Amino acid sequence: MKKHIAILLVALMALSLVACAAPAPAAAPAAPAAEPAPAAAEPAAPAAEPAPAAEGPIKVGIINNDPNESGYRTANDKDMKATFTAENGYDASFAYSLKNDEQIAAAQKFIQDEVDYLLISAAGTSGWDSVLQDAQAAGIKVILFDRTIDADVSLYEASIVSDMALEGKTAVDWLATQGLSEYNVIHIQGVMGSSAQIGRTGALDEMVAANANWTLVTQQTAEWNAETAQQIVQAVIDSGKAFNVIYAENDDMAKGAVAALDKANISHGVGKDVIVMGFDCNKWALEELLAGNWNYDGQCNPFQASYIDSIIKDLEQGVAPAEKVVVMVEKGFDASTITQEDVDTYGI
Amino acid sequence: MPSMENKPKATAAGKLPAALLGLAKHQIFIPIAALMILILFNLIADPSFFTITLDQNSAGDPVYSGYLITILDNASELAILAIGMTLVTAASGGQDISVGSAIAISGSVVLRVLCGTNSRPDTLQTPIIVAFLVCCVVAMLFGAFNGALVAFFKIQPMVATLILFTAGRSIAAWINNNELPIISDAAFGYYGNFIPGIPVPTPIFIAIACMLVIALALKFTNLGLYTQSVGINAESSRLNGINPTWVKFITYVILGLCVAVAGFIKVSRFSTINYSVVAKDIEMDAILAVALGGNALSGGKFNMSASILGAYVIQFLTTTLFKFNVVSSALPAYKAVVVILLVVLSAPIVRDKISQLWKKRTPAKTVKEAN
Repeated sequence: MKKHIAILLVALMALSLVACAAPAPAAAPAAPAAEPAPAAAEPAAPAAEPAPAAEGPIKVGIINNDPNESGYRTANDKDMKATFTAENGYDASFAYSLKNDEQIAAAQKFIQDEVDYLLISAAGTSGWDSVLQDAQAAGIKVILFDRTIDADVSLYEASIVSDMALEGKTAVDWLATQGLSEYNVIHIQGVMGSSAQIGRTGALDEMVAANANWTLVTQQTAEWNAETAQQIVQAVIDSGKAFNVIYAENDDMAKGAVAALDKANISHGVGKDVIVMGFDCNKWALEELLAGNWNYDGQCNPFQASYIDSIIKDLEQGVAPAEKVVVMVEKGFDASTITQEDVDTYGI
Repeated sequence: MPSMENKPKATAAGKLPAALLGLAKHQIFIPIAALMILILFNLIADPSFFTITLDQNSAGDPVYSGYLITILDNASELAILAIGMTLVTAASGGQDISVGSAIAISGSVVLRVLCGTNSRPDTLQTPIIVAFLVCCVVAMLFGAFNGALVAFFKIQPMVATLILFTAGRSIAAWINNNELPIISDAAFGYYGNFIPGIPVPTPIFIAIACMLVIALALKFTNLGLYTQSVGINAESSRLNGINPTWVKFITYVILGLCVAVAGFIKVSRFSTINYSVVAKDIEMDAILAVALGGNALSGGKFNMSASILGAYVIQFLTTTLFKFNVVSSALPAYKAVVVILLVVLSAPIVRDKISQLWKKRTPAKTVKEAN
């Protein structure tokens, strides 16, 4: 018995090491943030002066969602880390959490550390007012990226977002130019209620309602899951209904749909029976486009860092951004025109 | 005279409900009844539901297709998990809610071993069997971690497995440096799809193999007896020479093995993984399968075939809802209604009540007719 316990304890220790290793990157940025805290008391006076930018790097506190969340987030985090470097004149600290309250706590920490800018991709939309007011009182400028929040617009300088509805519209408009006599669409939705789902669904719904030759063969949610998408398309194939377009709201689901098509020997891609459309521009998805197996992939641009960088540079010169809400440029790729260069540049 | 003729008739009529009652009392009745209702519903709504055709896939290999094949294929992972979940439930009187995260981990391990450090390898770095074995070991270790918390530290199973439930998907991402490996070798896809030339999906064979193994284990070892006695009364089992701690621990390790097999099938289906959505919410379906099988979630006696059947009922329901093109936003609601009905019907209290009612009514009828 004792031997068992001893063995187990060893196993437990080993496992707890493994278990700790994952949250470590999230915890790590907190440590350097804690360090300068005592020192913060001294430079409090210079911070109150109007031009802290003149000397030393610009201190930014970046609050983001967990990079493990999705390929989009991983690319987003990489982009942030590549832009806000010491070479570019920044002193950046990072905090990651998928939970709103943890993010707010991290924001308070950054305020105590007297960062110059607070960059936030909020996990939830509400509960940010008081901490943003604290930031404003401390003279810290706030820039939101990727996600918007329900707070007064005066509390932040700018908000850099993707327009999901525009992404949907670009894709649907592209589809309309394909000149099919009939559009029988299998529509695979993301998690219901997510902004990506609402935006990308809305555009297609409008088009179907406005045109008699557009019909939805099925419209169901696969919750971003490839396997569920495969089952949905399989169900349509088994029912024998005709379709010629697959409109999947992300790449994973498009991949699942294509697996079902392959199983039933239905040809898809450029010049084939079924048009396949996906979103998010994963690298592997763009390669499918390049190979002609899919037809279209809509971008959801994760590269906000350059936008933020230019806004900060302007603010340092005393120029406020012309518009509070900055919508990023987002492309849609057509399999017949995509190049290897596009895959390398835009693939995430 | 007429009354004399009536009498034997009445008893014969009384026998049929009695037989039905006997069946209704049997635990496996609920999943079978649920399956029958679903089959009947589909048969009436659209008989073509049950057609199976032999087609060719895009690689030119013969494949069977049809709703039934889809159901059997996609329920495989769930059926395999239901095996382990039943044992865990029986022995520890609680459920493991970390199986979904653990599948992400084991899937990630498979890909890591096959890919090495390159996330897009042209050739496999190791034989598939090695990757599978490593994945089994890792998954069983994580099972052992859960089992140790439950058995040795006497933590509530749901709380103990909450740890891995929360951390699992991050661990899975960390194993592959947060990259998404994609395997281009077609041979890896055989396990989740089709072996060329064999028209039946491979996961069905894997699930059958798992069922055979567990059936043999239950028949020829004391596994079933020990888990049930520990679940019914751990203290008296201990007094009878069974080590309840060890038995509980072992059930979690067995569930770990089931997770490894399920995870292997999952990554093989698409030759890649998505850490945040792979096998999402499958723990709830696995627990539901156990509950649908009429097994007490508080532990004790169990019926393995009923649990496995429960898993197929769940997939049957999912596919039926897809077929009838239920509005996406209403899909969970439909599923919830059916699940509530089934679970309430399978609750021991309700079943007792029903059989009591039945008993009351049947003799009353006989008396009436006899008069």
